[in-house]
Amino acid sequence: MNYHWNWGIFWDASPEGAGTYADMLIGGLRITLAVSVLAWMIALTTGSAVGVLRSLPNPWLKRLANAYIELLRNIPLLVQLFLWYFVLPEIVPEAWGDWLKSLRDAPFYTAVIGLGLFMSARVAVQVSTGIAALPRGQMAAGLALGLTLPQTYRYVILPNAFRVILPPLTSETINTIKNSSVALTIGLAELTARARAIQEFSFQVFEAFTAATLIYLVINMIATLLMRMLERQMRIPGYGAK
Amino acid sequence: MTDTIIALQNVSKWYNPAFQVLKDCTLAVPKGEVVVVCGPSGSGKSTLIKCINALESFREGEITVDGVRLHEKGVNLPKLRARVGMVFQHFELFPHLSVLDNLDLAQIKVLGRGKQEARTKSEALLHRVELSEHANKFPGQLSGGQQQRVAIARALAMDPVVMLFDEPTSALDPEMVSEVLDVMVKLAHEGMTMMVVTHEMGFARKVAHRVVFMDRGEIVVDAPKDAFFGDVGNERAKLFLSKILQH
Repeated sequence: MNYHWNWGIFWDASPEGAGTYADMLIGGLRITLAVSVLAWMIALTTGSAVGVLRSLPNPWLKRLANAYIELLRNIPLLVQLFLWYFVLPEIVPEAWGDWLKSLRDAPFYTAVIGLGLFMSARVAVQVSTGIAALPRGQMAAGLALGLTLPQTYRYVILPNAFRVILPPLTSETINTIKNSSVALTIGLAELTARARAIQEFSFQVFEAFTAATLIYLVINMIATLLMRMLERQMRIPGYGAK
Repeated sequence: MTDTIIALQNVSKWYNPAFQVLKDCTLAVPKGEVVVVCGPSGSGKSTLIKCINALESFREGEITVDGVRLHEKGVNLPKLRARVGMVFQHFELFPHLSVLDNLDLAQIKVLGRGKQEARTKSEALLHRVELSEHANKFPGQLSGGQQQRVAIARALAMDPVVMLFDEPTSALDPEMVSEVLDVMVKLAHEGMTMMVVTHEMGFARKVAHRVVFMDRGEIVVDAPKDAFFGDVGNERAKLFLSKILQH
């Protein structure tokens, strides 16, 4: 292989006019982080709500939650992003479609919502599993004290269920960050897309993707570390590993 | 009749669709009485007691608790349950809350007591069940007997008009049974209205006014304590008693 290594490439000016190649990566990292954080917030809130619905005794609410989960979990993320980005503007009333197409940061919003909803199905499954893992008497005890059903969820069921599912939620946090790279296919200039752009401008494919790889590794390790700290913070004295 | 706290009238319940767990149960618990409910496992004792605070539904009959008619539509269940204390077989303390917070939670969220008022009440109750030094521990750091005493204190914190006990000592190691029963005996002597599902016949002898024997979903015997332990006059109850009193 006749490859010309050039690790100094990152300090060269990029052909985009402003800044260096390194600035391109940093810009991509910013977008990756922004998409991941916002999508994760959607995933947590929506996923928790659907997970709670799935745990309720009402069969219709349970079916509704299951339908939501199966739909979003069984269609590939790539296809979902295409559906939101390319298909949705064509099937809504024309005025709305035109508005959607004229949105300046459409790839960004689409990635946040599309990725957020995709991950919410996975969070929903975790949340309802965590609830099901608690002793059934906990619900009875909350209700027996006169707490309403929402209060019982808020003060008894969810605080315990979330403790149970913190470890799997760590994986889902990391999955969200990794999956944000799929958004390059709808034209979002996130980290992977910027690494590719560097390769196309400079032909330094190894340097570009080595840098991207390292950056992903570091942010995911930081995310894992933060979740571990949260787990330690949330640990209940007298329970779990002694 | 003097103040009746709990009145069951011909209560029947089915587990869909064919299995009848409660058959035509009629029972009244006047204010200040201690009623012990016993019977073989699967006889419907726990189901019966859970119907009284509507943790279980029933299909036929009427249940009235402190004037609230459970069989009618639109009953404010949380409000009713706040006045009915319940102690579970497996304690069911909230594991993520300290002992004090377990006692405070419903006082604040349900009764609307202030933080300080609730705390004062909780501390007094913990003192009463002799667990003051464990106030800031978590349930997982306590023994089963201690947890059950906390659970009793938690129920009492709501100033209930009646206390329901669902096999409160069945999940305990033998050496911890008496510390829980002692608390219950004290409570009975103070005049608390109590309905207790238990196999602890010693407790029944000591404080019960009446003993109810259930078998296959039916209330077979409902007799004053002395009559029950004297000559119960029912073959099934006799057989049951002879089995649990053997040792």
